[in-house]
Amino acid sequence: MTPSTPRPAAVIALIGNPNTGKSTLFNALTGLRQQTANYPGVTVEQHTGRITLAGETVTLVDLPGAYSLAAQSPDEMVAIDVLLGHVPDLPRPSAVLAVIDATNLRRNLFLVTQLAELGLPLVVALNLWDVAQSRGIRIDTAELGRQFGATFVPVSASRGTGLDALRAALASAIHAPAPTPLRVLPEISAAAADLGTRLRAAGSHLQDYEVERALIDAQGSAERRFEMTAGAGFLGELADLRRQLGAGVSLAEAEATARYGLINAVVARTEQRAPREVTLSDRLDRITNHPVIGSLLFLLVMAAVFQAVFSWATPLMDLIAGATSFMGEAVRALLPAGALASLIVDGVIAGVGGVIVFLPQIMILFAFIIFLEDSGYMPRVAFMVDRLMRSVGLSGQSFIPMLSSFACAVPGIMATRVIPDRRDRLATILAAPFMTCSARLPVYALLISAFVPARHYLGGLVNLQGLVMLGLYLLGILGGVLTAWLLKRTVLRGPTPTFMIELPPYRLPSWRSMLLKLTERGRVFLVRAGTVIFSVAIIIWALAYFPRPAEIGETYATEREAIEASALSTVDRDRGLSALHAAEGAAYLEQSWLGRLGQFVAPAFAPLGWDWKVSAAVIASFPAREVVIAVLGTIYSVGDQGDGTEGALRERLQSATRPDGTLVYTIPMAVGLLIFYVFCLQCAATIAVIRRETNSLRWPVFAWVYMTGLGYLGALLAFQLGS
Amino acid sequence: MTLDELKIGQAGTITGLQGQGPVVQRLMALGLLAGSLVRITRRAIGGDPLEVQVLDYALSLRREEARRVTIVREP
Repeated sequence: MTPSTPRPAAVIALIGNPNTGKSTLFNALTGLRQQTANYPGVTVEQHTGRITLAGETVTLVDLPGAYSLAAQSPDEMVAIDVLLGHVPDLPRPSAVLAVIDATNLRRNLFLVTQLAELGLPLVVALNLWDVAQSRGIRIDTAELGRQFGATFVPVSASRGTGLDALRAALASAIHAPAPTPLRVLPEISAAAADLGTRLRAAGSHLQDYEVERALIDAQGSAERRFEMTAGAGFLGELADLRRQLGAGVSLAEAEATARYGLINAVVARTEQRAPREVTLSDRLDRITNHPVIGSLLFLLVMAAVFQAVFSWATPLMDLIAGATSFMGEAVRALLPAGALASLIVDGVIAGVGGVIVFLPQIMILFAFIIFLEDSGYMPRVAFMVDRLMRSVGLSGQSFIPMLSSFACAVPGIMATRVIPDRRDRLATILAAPFMTCSARLPVYALLISAFVPARHYLGGLVNLQGLVMLGLYLLGILGGVLTAWLLKRTVLRGPTPTFMIELPPYRLPSWRSMLLKLTERGRVFLVRAGTVIFSVAIIIWALAYFPRPAEIGETYATEREAIEASALSTVDRDRGLSALHAAEGAAYLEQSWLGRLGQFVAPAFAPLGWDWKVSAAVIASFPAREVVIAVLGTIYSVGDQGDGTEGALRERLQSATRPDGTLVYTIPMAVGLLIFYVFCLQCAATIAVIRRETNSLRWPVFAWVYMTGLGYLGALLAFQLGS
Repeated sequence: MTLDELKIGQAGTITGLQGQGPVVQRLMALGLLAGSLVRITRRAIGGDPLEVQVLDYALSLRREEARRVTIVREP
C-alpha cells in the first residue's frame, strides 16, 4: 500500500478448533507484528496481526477457538459478528483462514462445513501435516477442496513448512469473487433467508445467517438476539418453522446429522489411514494420566515449577533491585536535590523498579505454563482435578489459573482465557487474587518476624512462624474457594459447567512459537500493568512529597548546621546527620497530603487498632502491597537505604506507641493487619488485568471493594475479639 | 445402556442422545451422535470424568454428560 492510494487494509479471519495449533500458525504468519484490541461491544479481546501478501499488507484477526459456529455465550458470538462484519472499526473479512488438525479430519471439518456456507473465500490450513504423514495418513487435498469449495493447503506451523503456499493461497483468496455458498441444510437455509427478508422489511437488522443460527441453536446466543429484535409474531413463526423443518428431531440434531453425514462421505473418499499404532503419546498417557502415578507426577511437576519460580528468579530479582537502586543513586547524584530529583528517583525509578522486579518470576512462570499448554499436559491436569474443582462449582479448567496465582495473580488471570463459560471464568478471575502471591511475602515476613515469637515444636521440626505463614496461605485459599462457591450460587448462578475438553496427543512444542508467546505475554504484562503502576506510583509519590512546608526544612537546616559545627567525631557526626535526615523525612511525611490523608481516615481504621501512620502506609500500598514496607520505613524514620533496614524497622514497629503511651502493634492488631493483607486487593496490576480481561469497570471495582472490605472485616474481627 | 456404564476398554455404537439444548448440541458437534463408535479409554480418580475415544481423537467428559449418550455395546 502506497501513501498515494490509501484504502483500508483487507481483513482475513483466522478460526479453528482449540488445540489445532492456531496460535502457533498466527505467530508464524505475523511474527512480532501483532497487537491486541478491544473492539466496542465485544467482550473478549481481539488479537490482530499484519501479514504481507504479494506486497499487500493485510490484517489477520485471530478468533477464539471454537468447535462450531453455534454460539452459547456472547463471547462465542464474536466469531459470527466478525465473520458477518458486525464489529465497528473492523471491515468484513475478505477471506477466511480455517486451521484444522490433519490427524483428526472429521471433527475439524464440522466447523469447515459451517464456514463454507458464509459465501466468503475459504482457505483451509491442514496443520500438523508432518505428524499426519508420519502416522501414515494420506489426504487428497484437491478433492477436499472441490467438495467444500475451498483451498486446502498442507502446513506445519511449528516447523514453518507450507507457509509460502498458504500465503499464496490467501493472496489470491482476498481478491477472489465470492464463491457459491455450500448448502448442507438447503431447506433450513432457504427458510432462514425467507424469514430474514421479511424481518428486515419489518425493520430488523438481522442477516440471514443470524436467523439461520437462531433457528438451529435453541437457547443459544443467536436466538436471544432474535428475541430482542423481532416482534412477537416472528417468535411464533420461529417455533413453527423449527417444528416443520425438524420433522420430529431438533434442528441441532438435524444439523449435526447432515454435516457428519457429508463429512463421513467425503473423508471416506479423500483420506487413507494406516492402522493406528500405539504412539509415544499413548505410552506417556499411561503414566501421566494414571490415577495414582499421574497424580504424584503432577504434584512433582508443580513443586518443580514453584521451586524454579522462587529460586531461579532470585538472582535476577536481586540484579534488578540492585540496578534500580544504582540508577536511583546515579540520578540523585546528577540532579540538584529537590522535587524533580525526588520525582524521578522516588517516584519513577522506585515505582517502575518495584514492578519490574517481579518480571523474572512472572516470565519463568509463563515459560512453564506455555510449555505445559503447548505440550498438551494442561488438559490432562484439568482432567485429573475436575472432580475436586466441581465441589466449589467450577471445573478442572479453573485449576491452573488458581495455581499460577500463587506466584502472581496477573498471569493467573490471563490464564483464565481457556475457560469457555463466562460465569466460570469470572468466578475464577475473582477467586485467583486470593491466592498468596509473591508480593505478599515480604509483608508477611516483616510482620511475622516482628510479632510472632520464634518458638519451635517437635524438636525444632516445626516452628511457630512457619505455621503462621502456612496459616496465611490456607486462609487465602479458603477465601478464594469460598468466594468462587458464593459467586456461583449468587450473581454468577448457572448450570454446573460442563467439562468437555479434548485431550490432544502430547507434542514437543516449537521453541520459536514458545518464545514468541513468552515475549508477547511479557510485553502485555509490562505495558499494561506497567503503565497503570507507573501512573499510580507517581500519584502516591506526589501525595507523599507535597506540600513540603518550608518551616520543616529551615528547622532541620539549623540543626544540621549545629551538628556539623559541633566537635563530635566523624562517626558520631555522620550517625547524627543520618538520624536527622530520617527524622526530617518523617516530619515531611506527617505534613504531606498522604500523612494528612492518613490522619483524616484514621478514625475509620481506629476500630482495627490502626493509628494514622499505619493508615497512611496502607493507603500508599494501593498500587502494590509490598510498598507498605517502604512507607512504614519512612514514617518510622528508619530511612530506606542500606542493610539492616528490616531489622531496624522491626524494632521500631515493636516499640511504636500512641500519644498515650500504649503500644500500637499489639498482637491482635498485628494479626488483623496480616489478615488484611491476605484479603485486600492492594495491587494495581491485578486490578488493571481484571479490567482488561473482563473488558468492564464493574468487575475490577467489585473485586476491590469486596476483597478490601473483607480484609477490613477480618482485621476488625481479629482486633476486637483479641483485645 | 448409556456411555457411562461402559468399562475401560469397552466400545459401543451411539444410538442417540437424550434431551435437547446446548449441552446436547455441543456433544453432537464434538462427534457424539447416532452412528459414531466410542470407546472408554480412561477414568479419573473416583471414576469421573472419563476419557473416550471418538472419531479420531480423545475427549474428556463427565459422567453426567455421558449418561445422556445411549449406546449398544460392541463386542
